[in-house]
Amino acid sequence: MKALRKIVDNIKPTFSKGGKLGFLHSTFDAFETFLFVPDTVTKSGVHIKDSIDLKRTMSFVIIALMPAMLFGMWNTGYQYNLSTGGSMEFWGMFWFGFLKVLPLIIVSYVVGLGIEFTAAQIRGHEVNEGFLVSGMLIPLIMPVDVPLWILALAVAFAVIIGKEVFGGTGMNIWNPALLARAFVFFAYPSQISGDKIWIAGLSEGQGIVDGFSGATPLANAMAGTPVPSFSDMFFGFIPGCVGETSTLAILLGAIILIATGVASWKIMFSTVAGAMLTGLLLNAVAPADPSSYLNIPAWDHLVMGGFAFGAVFMATDPVTSAQTETGKWIYGFLIGIIVIIIRAFNPGYPEGMMLAILLLNTFAPLIDHYVVQSNIRKRLKRATVTVKK
Amino acid sequence: MSNHIRLSKGLDIPLKGIASNQTTKIISSDILAVKPADFRTLNPKLLVKEGDAVKAGSPILADKKNLSVQICSPVSGVVKEIVRGEKRKLLEVLIQNDKKNEHVQFNVPNLKTAKREELTDVLLESGLWPVIKQRPYGIIPNPAIEPKAIYISGFDSSPLAPDLDFALKGEKESLQAGIDVLNLLTKGGIHLSLHIDNYAGSPFHRLEKVIFHTIEGHHPAGNVGVQINNIDPINKGEVVWTIDLYGVAAIGKLFTKGVYDIKKTIAITGPRCTNPSYAECLPGMCMSDIKEYANHTAKSAGEELPVRWISGNVLTGTNVGADGFLGFYHNQITLISEGNYYEMFGWIKPFRSKKFSVSHTYFSWLTPKKSYELDTNTNGAERAFVMTGVYEKVLPMDIYPTYLLKAILAEDIDNMEALGIYEVIEEDLALCEFVCPSKIDVQEIVSKGIDLMIKEMS
Repeated sequence: MKALRKIVDNIKPTFSKGGKLGFLHSTFDAFETFLFVPDTVTKSGVHIKDSIDLKRTMSFVIIALMPAMLFGMWNTGYQYNLSTGGSMEFWGMFWFGFLKVLPLIIVSYVVGLGIEFTAAQIRGHEVNEGFLVSGMLIPLIMPVDVPLWILALAVAFAVIIGKEVFGGTGMNIWNPALLARAFVFFAYPSQISGDKIWIAGLSEGQGIVDGFSGATPLANAMAGTPVPSFSDMFFGFIPGCVGETSTLAILLGAIILIATGVASWKIMFSTVAGAMLTGLLLNAVAPADPSSYLNIPAWDHLVMGGFAFGAVFMATDPVTSAQTETGKWIYGFLIGIIVIIIRAFNPGYPEGMMLAILLLNTFAPLIDHYVVQSNIRKRLKRATVTVKK
Repeated sequence: MSNHIRLSKGLDIPLKGIASNQTTKIISSDILAVKPADFRTLNPKLLVKEGDAVKAGSPILADKKNLSVQICSPVSGVVKEIVRGEKRKLLEVLIQNDKKNEHVQFNVPNLKTAKREELTDVLLESGLWPVIKQRPYGIIPNPAIEPKAIYISGFDSSPLAPDLDFALKGEKESLQAGIDVLNLLTKGGIHLSLHIDNYAGSPFHRLEKVIFHTIEGHHPAGNVGVQINNIDPINKGEVVWTIDLYGVAAIGKLFTKGVYDIKKTIAITGPRCTNPSYAECLPGMCMSDIKEYANHTAKSAGEELPVRWISGNVLTGTNVGADGFLGFYHNQITLISEGNYYEMFGWIKPFRSKKFSVSHTYFSWLTPKKSYELDTNTNGAERAFVMTGVYEKVLPMDIYPTYLLKAILAEDIDNMEALGIYEVIEEDLALCEFVCPSKIDVQEIVSKGIDLMIKEMS
């Protein structure tokens, strides 16, 4: 730590105004506040402030994402090994996945932070922490084989159109990470659907073992073929986006988020409750045909596809979710219902989490509006009662 | 009406340096100040010039909008200096204390026969009128409007606040006399709130002609605005008055002795206070009168941290500096460290045992009994509203704070009104500012909103 401090102290004059690289002043500021809590003191209002800030809040989301990311790396190698019939050891699989996933993370951060820094410099603002989380989320909800140029385009789209045009972190309507995925989904559908793209190298036709399909459980459910066992899906030994497969790893993240109070347990709980109830309802009315999507057990929905990842890390984004406590219950519950409806009744695409969250992002302000209106009506009613007296 | 109120939301900030129950000094200041900035919306007209002799109770300032509202000298002596700032703005009137302790003698009416107007006239003339505040807005009330009711908080829950039971233990007769006067100024009654924990032991629970409420909960449970919101919220068009117990006692003394006597026992507190305890003084006293209470040994990385002198508490007080003066409404002085130091990777360090946070991203929630030497570092830079549900946890009022703040920022008068601007003043949302992860200046925004309402509604 001390050595790092020395380095920063040494290069600081170069980046300060009047220095050789003085034009990068605000960029340097961003790095400096990353390294040090600044020495600013309170000026008006309260004299002391709580020790929490957005940097710390966001870093706890990153920490919570670590189990899913690490598992995703291992699973990338594991799935590749299955598909090629290889005989990799544990660390071999992890290393294979690490080399596959790391470029995605690097591209996501470089492109996203580049745009954020530029936008902050244009506006004269400090660089916001929002993208620290988005930049990690985006690679985790992409298929591992997504071409890096498409990923870069998607990140740029999400940051510019999804966030900066609205005014930056805190002002956006839709979750930027999901917008990146939606961009790929609509602009390059072949890169994010089908049976081949979920496993490294499969789409290029690298040696496939006989009978290996590469289909995700959702695709199986859609086609009416049997889905993997609940435990395989829960632990995550299945094809899928990098970070979404292991419900167990995601649960670890959820525990961190709930214990630290960084994300709303109300949204997580009500999303699960909404999906579970809808799933049970569909099970009850499902036709006798065992290949019908309606027959997928409700609890399987919770461990398939992006449901768990979305409920824990995406739906709970404080900026784009409902902001009132009552609103959060309604918002989460509706996401849960709509995911299952999209999954079970949409003929084109087996996954519903992304679209359900984006849809409810759109409606979150409306939900909040009605919750706040009820408070306003109460106040108005009180005033009129008093006037009548 | 059920008179017990349980508030589950709120926060007691565990700050070091609470005053022990003893009076360690009787301060007789050489110089005292009358500060127009203590009084919201006061447009000061200066009534004295340098060299004028004054007594305790001689008018110093009047409000240009209503000349009968006067601010009076707390002591007898000579006007030493009139301090002006930019554009000749009146900052302070300094009075040299002659220590003769002479008071203007006021003719007080007999309470049994007095009309309301006679009572308000003597309160205005004596300079005690400003101890009463009007809600909405927390301003000096208009004498012509009779309030719906008068609210008094019998305890102060803010960080390191004085224990009013101790500070006012000798004032029982004055308090009763003051309440008798206030009862003649409203038909709605006097509401007095006491904390449930020391209700029976409080010297105030035997006061007569008041409506008692017992309150249970953490700060801001002692804020009169929070109490009103839970007893009988203010509606559009209504006016209520609030007054603190020190003010009630001063009114009592005016009507029993005929003098303007605002002497009070205040708490000198804070992590940088060598001897946190009580002192007897007058509002307007100079901080240099208590300089021996400041502890100059606190260090960070080998460098001494300067002391911040706060007139009032750490949430709502004013940074007055080592030569500043105690504000008119303030009942405590808090000394804390300035936090102008860098901290390496502070925002991600898992253990920062000297830092307090209400959030569970620190471990301070595991040691609820520990108290902290907090300083003025902002612990991060200002950002847009991102986290939600944080303010709500420390605001025991039926209000959506974020929506109210956004309405104020948008200068949307209709929505400010609909979302409850009449029910709050800055101090009620001070804890929201403390806990805010985005470091938003909540009180400054509320203040702007109230100023806007006053301007629009006048």
